Amino acid sequence: MVTSFSSPFDAIFALQRALDARRESDWFGSGTAGIGTFPPINIFQQGDDFVAIVELPGVDKVDLQIEAKESTIRICGRKAIDYEASASVHRRERTSGSFDRTFSVPIQIDPEAVRAEHRDGVLTLTIPRAQSQKPRSIKIS
Amino acid sequence: MDELQVQRKREVETRQESTMPARVFMPVTDIFETDQALTLTLELPGVAKDRVEVRVENDVLTIEGRIDFAPYEALRPVYTEYNIGNYTRTFQLSSKIEQEGISAALKDGVMTLILPKAEKAKPRKITVN
Repeated sequence: MVTSFSSPFDAIFALQRALDARRESDWFGSGTAGIGTFPPINIFQQGDDFVAIVELPGVDKVDLQIEAKESTIRICGRKAIDYEASASVHRRERTSGSFDRTFSVPIQIDPEAVRAEHRDGVLTLTIPRAQSQKPRSIKIS
Repeated sequence: MDELQVQRKREVETRQESTMPARVFMPVTDIFETDQALTLTLELPGVAKDRVEVRVENDVLTIEGRIDFAPYEALRPVYTEYNIGNYTRTFQLSSKIEQEGISAALKDGVMTLILPKAEKAKPRKITVN
């Protein structure tokens, strides 16, 4: 796949097309029951490792829990919307509630090294491949 | 609490600028009213404080949020469930709103706009003599 971000004007478009092209992929296979549930997840490859980017607007860090084990990541928590009881509703498009989603990546991961960053309502998980899984170059004697 | 469902992002239908081929999304919004003000909350995931613009022009409130695409440059998508893009949404303001008093805050990708009501639009108690 060629994804070139050389021109700033094409950068967004190229990325959007690349994201769309991966929409129907069967990358997860039938192994993940969580497809189509909240929160939506995008998974990227970065060298040997994976990066999962999850949109969680309005979810406070304290309401978010992440677990990693072998090749599985679990994201669960709750999204709360609080308004004054006296307020009258004109329009309600946002949804609130609890969520629990588990997904697997096709590698053994190093659970200790998984990094999570939650900024501007976007959770970025850096999922490194386990050291034992990294390819080893073999010297010819 | 209910279990959350995925909301499909809605694209903006009438786009004003056509210089970029990229898609623009409409942020989901709640509007609540109290005696003192109207409160708008918009979901703008991925938009940092310095990349959002709120302005009032000819009684139209416009919110524009731009995504930083730089972190995606080194990433190769392998599986995706949502697309990303900039956000824009406009609201027509009634004369009941005190336009100078509008305030905005951004936290965890959610923008809260407080639109205070003009004095004449606030509820008044009338004492009976």
